[in-house]
Amino acid sequence: MKENANLLFLFLFKTPIKESEFSLAWYVLFVFLVAGVLLFFAANFAGITSFIERRIAARIQSRVGPNVVGPQGILQWVADGIKLLLKEDLVPDRADKFLFRAAPYFVFSGLFAAFVALPFGYGIVAADLNIGVYYIFAITSLVVVGIIMGGWSSNSKWALFGALRSAAQIISYEIPTALSLIPVIMLTGSLSTQDIIKAQGGMPWDWYLFHSPFTFVCFVIFFISALAEGNRIPFDLPEAESELVSGYNTEYSGFRFLIFPMAEWANLWVISAMVTLAYLGGWQVPFVAIETLSQSFLLIFLSAGVFVIKTSIVVFIIIQLRWTLPRVRVDQMTLVCWTYLVPFCLAAIIGTMIWMLIFPWETLAALLLRLIMSGIGLGFCFLYVQRVRFNYFNDKMAFENLKGKSLWYPFWRLP
Amino acid sequence: MLKTELKHLKPQVHTFKEEMILNMGPQHPSTHGVLNFLVVTDGEVIHQALPNVGYLHRGIEKLAEQTPYTTFIPFTDRIDYLAAMFANHVYVLAVENLADIEVPERAQFLRVIACELNRIASHLISTGALALDIGASTPFVHWIRERECINDIMESICGARLTYSYMRVGGVSQDINEQIADDIYKFLDHFEPIIDEYNRLISFNEIFIKRLANVAIISPVDAVNFGLVGPNLRGSGIEMDIRRTISYSVYDQFDFNIPIGKGFKGSLGDCYDRYFVRVLEMTESCSIIRQALSQIPKGDIKAKVKRKLKIKENECYTCVESARGEMGMYLLSDGSDRPYRLKIKTGSFTAMSIVEKVSQGLMVADLIALIGSLDVVAPEIDR
Repeated sequence: MKENANLLFLFLFKTPIKESEFSLAWYVLFVFLVAGVLLFFAANFAGITSFIERRIAARIQSRVGPNVVGPQGILQWVADGIKLLLKEDLVPDRADKFLFRAAPYFVFSGLFAAFVALPFGYGIVAADLNIGVYYIFAITSLVVVGIIMGGWSSNSKWALFGALRSAAQIISYEIPTALSLIPVIMLTGSLSTQDIIKAQGGMPWDWYLFHSPFTFVCFVIFFISALAEGNRIPFDLPEAESELVSGYNTEYSGFRFLIFPMAEWANLWVISAMVTLAYLGGWQVPFVAIETLSQSFLLIFLSAGVFVIKTSIVVFIIIQLRWTLPRVRVDQMTLVCWTYLVPFCLAAIIGTMIWMLIFPWETLAALLLRLIMSGIGLGFCFLYVQRVRFNYFNDKMAFENLKGKSLWYPFWRLP
Repeated sequence: MLKTELKHLKPQVHTFKEEMILNMGPQHPSTHGVLNFLVVTDGEVIHQALPNVGYLHRGIEKLAEQTPYTTFIPFTDRIDYLAAMFANHVYVLAVENLADIEVPERAQFLRVIACELNRIASHLISTGALALDIGASTPFVHWIRERECINDIMESICGARLTYSYMRVGGVSQDINEQIADDIYKFLDHFEPIIDEYNRLISFNEIFIKRLANVAIISPVDAVNFGLVGPNLRGSGIEMDIRRTISYSVYDQFDFNIPIGKGFKGSLGDCYDRYFVRVLEMTESCSIIRQALSQIPKGDIKAKVKRKLKIKENECYTCVESARGEMGMYLLSDGSDRPYRLKIKTGSFTAMSIVEKVSQGLMVADLIALIGSLDVVAPEIDR
């Protein structure tokens, strides 16, 4: 925290701060400032992502999507937020009033506290905790407490169903999520999010994703189980709208309801940032060493930009998955977790250990293997792009043949 | 007093200590209309699920007794709003049978074209809504887009997009011209490849197959015993199609297959079979429409029928293969200008009877899949 304060003082006042001036008042003020900035970022990200997700979904489903409020509908999320703020805050009859009101606080604080340890660029992190990854896992577990409280206190069977499913789901998927990050932690030798990124490099073959086949498997497992933890399709069982009406938040209205979807969208950033920092090289800028990165603010902002772009790509893939896949059943969900993800994870941990012994990071053989792995990864990316292109052009041709009109959007139109 | 009298009609549910009754519907996102299921469950596994129908009863059969024969056609649209053409068809066929009216050849072809287009539209909603119940919302919206094309064609044929009232006693209301025939051909050319795209998107999706295969298996014996009809019966592997067995209208002039369930991805008679039979039927409907358009003769589209139709004392049962299976009408005339009694038999109503037997031991999510795969439409259950 102090380092960051110094950095900020250097940036603001061009003089380093003296130890005697560093009073408690300043410290508290600074903490509030950072908390405000983080909250501002998280809330706005959740809002804007809600809009972008709806536009992407509309594109996937060949609809138009929200396009009325503001230019290209970009203010739709503000309108939605204001509408929900003005709604009546209903508490159902015979509900547990205290728990019902308290539940959104748990969901809110559980998710937004995770932003404290998430990095945004070189040195841009609220608190570079030495137990950063562990802290994020621990604090996001608070969300499930809120969900169970909300579902239980609603005095509705559908909400209870959602809450119990959520308990089963999030608790079982926390295990593969944590286990699949262990290879990364072993490779780095640290739990700090900044250290994990610093141990990687800017180019793809310096990422942990392509370190070995085992880390690649772990990446897939982490991605799947993070989706399950974030209640995203194909694992959105707690709020399965076609089965459980709306799941644990069925009885909520107004701003208390808004907290749940907002936390879900903010969770998108948490998931994607975790994926990026652990496997995709974080904020590492290609061709720029870390020593040179620390020299200028321009490069630091560049690193933040790299991180945001990488995270946004992961966010986009998650959104695309949501609008493509159906939902799994509750027994299939636990089956996948306990019979595939956890054993594969354990095997991958042991595999990574052996790999680390045989091919240490700096050796030429390891570099060659990483190059091969990244080549395979590039192949996968190419396949993905090809499939999307194929389906897109298929649909485009079908539409043009029928209507004689083009599906093409002008470039200033959002996705 | 009425309440106590009706008490024995209510479904009787016995619960044990660790069970609870879950009221699924009448306001539930995926019961496909106002339908109620009393679900006895211990949390996820269903011990008993009782369908409770009657929320959408409008007394259409009684209305028929007060309406002249020719004026009743718009009411039949409301029996099944997703496949209104079939209810039209079976009603006019019944009246024609009763009054011995000869329908011109061209009108019969037009009826077949309209009915098959409507079958595609209905199956689009059915399969799309099943995918929506499973959690994939994109296929449904894509299918709605295709259905919109059919609605446009229907609008150009008969002026309505949902409640067609296209058929008349003795023929149809309007003829089709070259332009409309071209539009239909164009739609078919566009639609047949789209089925492949749809299969790539959802039918062969691993999660989708896992959710539907081996779920809610209806054996062929059960399917017959419980009176299932149409795609639900054929999904259980029984080749029974009114278009082939009775061959009403001009269906005997067309060459088409009857797709039956073969246990495509799981065992015979599961949800996936019932789903996939519908997908296959859409292709068959396309081929029937193509044949009908190429063979359609020239001529009148309506026989000469008296404005005030009086039918002497007689009775008949007529049925057609609707999108939801056999739809039959029993018509009893007494010499006046309106039916003495009209009884409607629909596929959705019989499909509800098997829910109780099949749903034991399923999960709540599977019940949704079962209802979706049976393709029930609430107004058709209650009439």
